[in-house]
Amino acid sequence: MRHRLRRLDVKASPYIYVAPFFLIFIAFGLFPIGYTAWVSLTDRNLLDPVTHFVGLQNYTDLLHDSYFWNAVWNTLAIWVISTVPQLFLALTLAHLLNTTLRARTLFRMCVILPQVTSLVAVALIFSQLFSKDYGLVNYVLGWFGIHDIYWEAGRISSWIALSTMVIWRWTGYNALIYLAAMQAIPDDLYEAASIDGAKPARQFFHITIPMLRPTIIFTVIISTIGGLQLFTEPYLFEPLHYGATGGSDRQYQTVAMYLYEKAFAGSQFKFGYASAIAWCLFLLIAVISAINFLIVRRIRSAV
Amino acid sequence: MAAVAHPQTRTSRRYVARHFRRAGPLTYIFLLVVVLLSLFPLYWSLVVASHDNAAVSAYPPVLTPGHELWHNIKRVFSSGEVNVNFWTALLNTTIVATAVTFAVVFFSALAGFAFAKMKFRGERVMMLTIIATMLVPVQLGVIPLYIEMIHLGWLNRLPAVIGPNLVTAFGVFLMRQVIVSAVPNDLLDAARVDGCHTARVFWHVVLPAVRPAAAVLGLLTFMNTWNDFFWPLIVLSPRNPTVQVAVSTLASGYVEDFALVLTGTFISILPLLLIFLFLGRQIIGGIMQGAVKG
Repeated sequence: MRHRLRRLDVKASPYIYVAPFFLIFIAFGLFPIGYTAWVSLTDRNLLDPVTHFVGLQNYTDLLHDSYFWNAVWNTLAIWVISTVPQLFLALTLAHLLNTTLRARTLFRMCVILPQVTSLVAVALIFSQLFSKDYGLVNYVLGWFGIHDIYWEAGRISSWIALSTMVIWRWTGYNALIYLAAMQAIPDDLYEAASIDGAKPARQFFHITIPMLRPTIIFTVIISTIGGLQLFTEPYLFEPLHYGATGGSDRQYQTVAMYLYEKAFAGSQFKFGYASAIAWCLFLLIAVISAINFLIVRRIRSAV
Repeated sequence: MAAVAHPQTRTSRRYVARHFRRAGPLTYIFLLVVVLLSLFPLYWSLVVASHDNAAVSAYPPVLTPGHELWHNIKRVFSSGEVNVNFWTALLNTTIVATAVTFAVVFFSALAGFAFAKMKFRGERVMMLTIIATMLVPVQLGVIPLYIEMIHLGWLNRLPAVIGPNLVTAFGVFLMRQVIVSAVPNDLLDAARVDGCHTARVFWHVVLPAVRPAAAVLGLLTFMNTWNDFFWPLIVLSPRNPTVQVAVSTLASGYVEDFALVLTGTFISILPLLLIFLFLGRQIIGGIMQGAVKG
């Protein structure tokens, strides 16, 4: 009897342990993801009790929707001007933190502090800093003869402002991740290189960077997934006047904002159409991630 | 993505601070600039929050804190002036973040234990599914999830922001990695030989061994939940909001009231800042550890 119980324990336990996680995960994670695909093939609208199957209609509409392409373009642009400087800066920062420093922990804590700040707080604080008349950014730029930039109104200026928020919040996080990977590089590699007479700069490019390759791939992928979902910063950029539309001219509306606009803002509730946007966003992220992966994978051979 | 670091090797890596690279004055200057830039926006929110709006629009700008902080805080909390109940918001967020944190840690440890130390059918498929969903944007499931909330009657109520967050793929992934290396198989075998059934092994062997990692996962989960905005914005109304929704509602009022908005903002970050002040070291450790493991 005891023996039987024991075998039952060994056999059934794994399922019992995984079950709570998986039941909730299926209900609120997996099922919605799959169901979005179905909804995207219908004209489902919360305000309309009758739903029709429309095939790929939503997708063909989307391909001819200039607002959608505008959002795609904005998202990609903001993503590029926020991610590229951010990762280079993070790499530099990690390299500098990876020295014999006084007050090491204090530096690390200060660097990671922006990561603790919520997206909402980042958006609102920076919106104030970037405001046209009383903003500190314009005040400082005034010293250099640049006056009264209306950051929110311009296309490129709004992208720069939003990228600044992203860079501010994420650089320290990426730097710490690089730092962790740098500290895992075996010391003998550097010793051997210095014996061979390699200068520190050469060591950085020929040892550190290639050894960081998996980590760089990781951060690039994470930044791609996160950056292309950008929502909160632009949504709260001009909270008084514009929400999901992203400015008077949609100059900084991202794909996630367009999805939100179609599904929830202004009581449109176009769930079918918004689901199609969701799938396109996912596709966009997958494609860009794959491209990035292929580019970053070449690091070893390029250096 | 990198190889999993064995816990023992971590301590020995400490000395690795490269003896041939001392930080020069230029390094310190660069780092100080970065530190100032990191701190400034937070300091600035305090500056704006402690003045009235006249000072906010002063020229040249006032760079030091003023005396209006208390007055502004009272404005944020008196629902007469603004249509946001900030006390409710703080209470809601505390409830949600606490519940989610405990659930995530517990369920992740349970499932992580099974994935790390037990053999069962479908193990690989399940683990691959979990990893794959970590790459999927939240927006992909949002619309069906909203429909689910309508059917469950959770719209505008806290279960809507607690339920879907009770488990995370990241949590299970992390706990699996930790349990693989932190719980030796010999220990499990010994416990089993002594006649422990699996539940006791989990409670008396696995949980104590993973406590540090569980604490880090808890901290990160708490912060993420506290800061979450997109989903609460969709399912909650300004009348029963989380802190983030409440602050964003302050900002989308009728007039530009920077002092009020940034006071609310400052209050919303304060709890996390305090946690960070005391547990920052652990948070940093968690992020860096996750990097090597993840």
